[in-house]
Amino acid sequence: MLEVSGLNAGYGRAQVLFDIALEARRGEVVALLGRNGAGKSTTLKAIMGLVPPLSGEVRFEGTRIDGREPHEIARLGLGYVPEDRRIFTDLTVAENLAVGRQPARADAPQWSTEHLLALFPALSRMLDRSGGRMSGGEQQMLCIARTLAGNPKAILLDEPSEGLAPLVVEQMAGVILELKRAGVTVLLAEQSARFTGRVADRGYTLEKGELLPA
Amino acid sequence: MSGSAVLLQFLNGLSGASALFLVAAGLSLIFGVTRIVNFAHGSLYMLGMYLAVWLSARIGFWASVPLAAALVAAGGAAVEMLLLRRIYKAPELFQLLATFAVVLLVKDLALWAWGPEDTLGPRAPGFAGAVEIAGRAFPQYDLLLIGLGPLVFLLLYLLLTKTRWGILVRAATQDREMVGALGVNQKLLFTAVFMLGAGLAGLGGALVIPREPASLEIDLAVVSDAFVVVVVGGLGSIPGAFLAALLIGEIKAFCIGLGYSKITLAVEFIVMAVVLVLRPWGLLGRPQAAMRGPAALEAPLDPPSGRAVAALLALFAGLAAIPAFTTGYTLVLLTDVLVFALFAASLHFMMGPGGMASFGHAAYFGLGAYGAGVLLLRLAAPMELALALAPLFALAGALVFGWFCVRLSGVYLAMLTLAFAQIAWSIAFQWDAVTGGSNGLIGVWPAAWLASKTAFYYAALLVCAAALALLWRLVFSPFGYALRASRDSALRAEAIGIPVRAVQWAAFCVAGLFAGLAGALFAFSKGSISPETLSVPRSVEGLVMVLLGGVQTLTGPVWGAALFTWLEDSVSRGFEYWRAAIGGVILLLVLAFPRGVAGFVRERIAR
Repeated sequence: MLEVSGLNAGYGRAQVLFDIALEARRGEVVALLGRNGAGKSTTLKAIMGLVPPLSGEVRFEGTRIDGREPHEIARLGLGYVPEDRRIFTDLTVAENLAVGRQPARADAPQWSTEHLLALFPALSRMLDRSGGRMSGGEQQMLCIARTLAGNPKAILLDEPSEGLAPLVVEQMAGVILELKRAGVTVLLAEQSARFTGRVADRGYTLEKGELLPA
Repeated sequence: MSGSAVLLQFLNGLSGASALFLVAAGLSLIFGVTRIVNFAHGSLYMLGMYLAVWLSARIGFWASVPLAAALVAAGGAAVEMLLLRRIYKAPELFQLLATFAVVLLVKDLALWAWGPEDTLGPRAPGFAGAVEIAGRAFPQYDLLLIGLGPLVFLLLYLLLTKTRWGILVRAATQDREMVGALGVNQKLLFTAVFMLGAGLAGLGGALVIPREPASLEIDLAVVSDAFVVVVVGGLGSIPGAFLAALLIGEIKAFCIGLGYSKITLAVEFIVMAVVLVLRPWGLLGRPQAAMRGPAALEAPLDPPSGRAVAALLALFAGLAAIPAFTTGYTLVLLTDVLVFALFAASLHFMMGPGGMASFGHAAYFGLGAYGAGVLLLRLAAPMELALALAPLFALAGALVFGWFCVRLSGVYLAMLTLAFAQIAWSIAFQWDAVTGGSNGLIGVWPAAWLASKTAFYYAALLVCAAALALLWRLVFSPFGYALRASRDSALRAEAIGIPVRAVQWAAFCVAGLFAGLAGALFAFSKGSISPETLSVPRSVEGLVMVLLGGVQTLTGPVWGAALFTWLEDSVSRGFEYWRAAIGGVILLLVLAFPRGVAGFVRERIAR
């Protein structure tokens, strides 16, 4: 589904990622573990085209996507849930979902608005609330729902449990398992091995921009 | 003023506000999504006026209005696709420079197509008469305009809140990168927004032709009005722009109605200054979130190496030797280069190390020039004393204006500097007794021993070289370090005990003082001072010089000033379309050297 090989990336003169190679097969939940600053977010951003890779290859369903624009990559069916959520705070919940909406595709699970609201019942009570007036947990749910509205085949999830109350973390784990059941491939960046242990099929560990041998 | 007169002025204000709103709404939309401050927005308005006048003679007024708006929208799309698309990742001020080049190009395009004379449009058929309101005649067409403003506002509001496209525009205003990661093609969105904004400006221009003649001077006048409206209302806020257009339109109408036409020129800028100080993000705007996307981290400036100092000394020696070879026009030109190098370097001091962009640096240049003139002519001070004391006038101005300006940052700060420059300009333009009003001051000649071109050239060379050395020394002084720390992270600088605002205020004053010195030299080199000395185009020239040279290089402003002064001089002599030529050159430079000329050379050497 998603294959990365020999990926180098960074910001300006500072190289952050060194020769990353990883793979997520169809329907898998794959964890990318590492502490703060290890390069997890940068890996996801480089796959998404938000940080242009210096070298290396990224393939999505066999198609080279490195060097493509983020919107092209998203339209191929790869969703991205950023670490800091990046909710459009001036827009309502319903409008946030509308921004993420893309046409349904035949070979991926479809997420109608009703479907999304069933997955995140909390959101259905606040469709007209502006994104800026939500709690962190609610924003995290909206952020995932917004990406799912694009009916992706695979998603990159950046630290979905970060800074959330234990109860909400519980919910997040449930959501990820739900995504797996629906057949969405997930690449999950996390600091918490306890969390990934519960939801992931297998994992990679990043340290200082390099993958540790498995 | 009787009740009916008040009512009429009120209506006048409303009709003026409508056209103002159309332009400002477009400017605000474009800024919100693309983060580009479109200096050319007034030019699009002007183009709308000319096109409507030209078209209405052929196809009638009512058909010409939508067609002119559509043509301007198409022109806007072309500018976005051919130019702006290439520079979205360039620094903010470079984009500004590029849009200023478009201003120059459009101005000469209009000059070429429609000539230098003001052109009157036709009356609007069906709305040519007047209606009686409270016993006084009021033009029917103005009533129509009063209705059109709110109508367009309503349509825009519906577009932005009820359509998917509008929702995308609002989302992109906040975080365009995230919108892209969700699968939205930003390029198309940006082009469409620019087209809409340009179309609104064109529509605004086309609609005013029954009231005002199309003229080549309208572009900068309108864009500064629109800036004020957008900043007062809050950048990116359409309701804010509407409210601010009403406010400014009314205030202007009442100033004229009450006979205070003299302060009309400054009053909107005073309103803006007051609003920005009380509510720095505008009436309905929100505090600007930090920009998304990879932050432009500036590499620290290296102190000049021994080789660089030697090269500068050699340059100084070379310049000192020039009078041995020529005494003619070259010396006059070189004197100009020296003066503008100092002016640009002073602006660079606050923009580069200080991180505070100014759109109104000419104010301090002009204060220095007028200071010199007033001391010499009105107070009969000797020339040497006038030259020494004149920069203090600029310093005084910088002390007052800077106190307000350092409370803001980014585009808002730049707008406030523009506002103060405009105030200074309108005082110089109208205070006949002291500044000579629109005629300016004449007979500001240097003392006898400096009267020859060669002597004055040497004086300018010594003063400018000393001032430049001092400015550069300051950058690497503890004060310079504190200033750069404040630029790079105001919060961290505060936390280690740097009084950020005080440091920035001091830098603002230093920049003002040195600009004043350049202004005083300029006055004595020309022998006269006109209000253009502190006008907006002069401020923009300073920006162009700094950006041409490269903001994050130390000597860049000097090269930028030399290049620009030489270009302007060689192009403006005997060529009618010199503005377009300069605009074209600026565009080429912006596209070819997004880090400035000195930055480009440095990169080449580093390789």
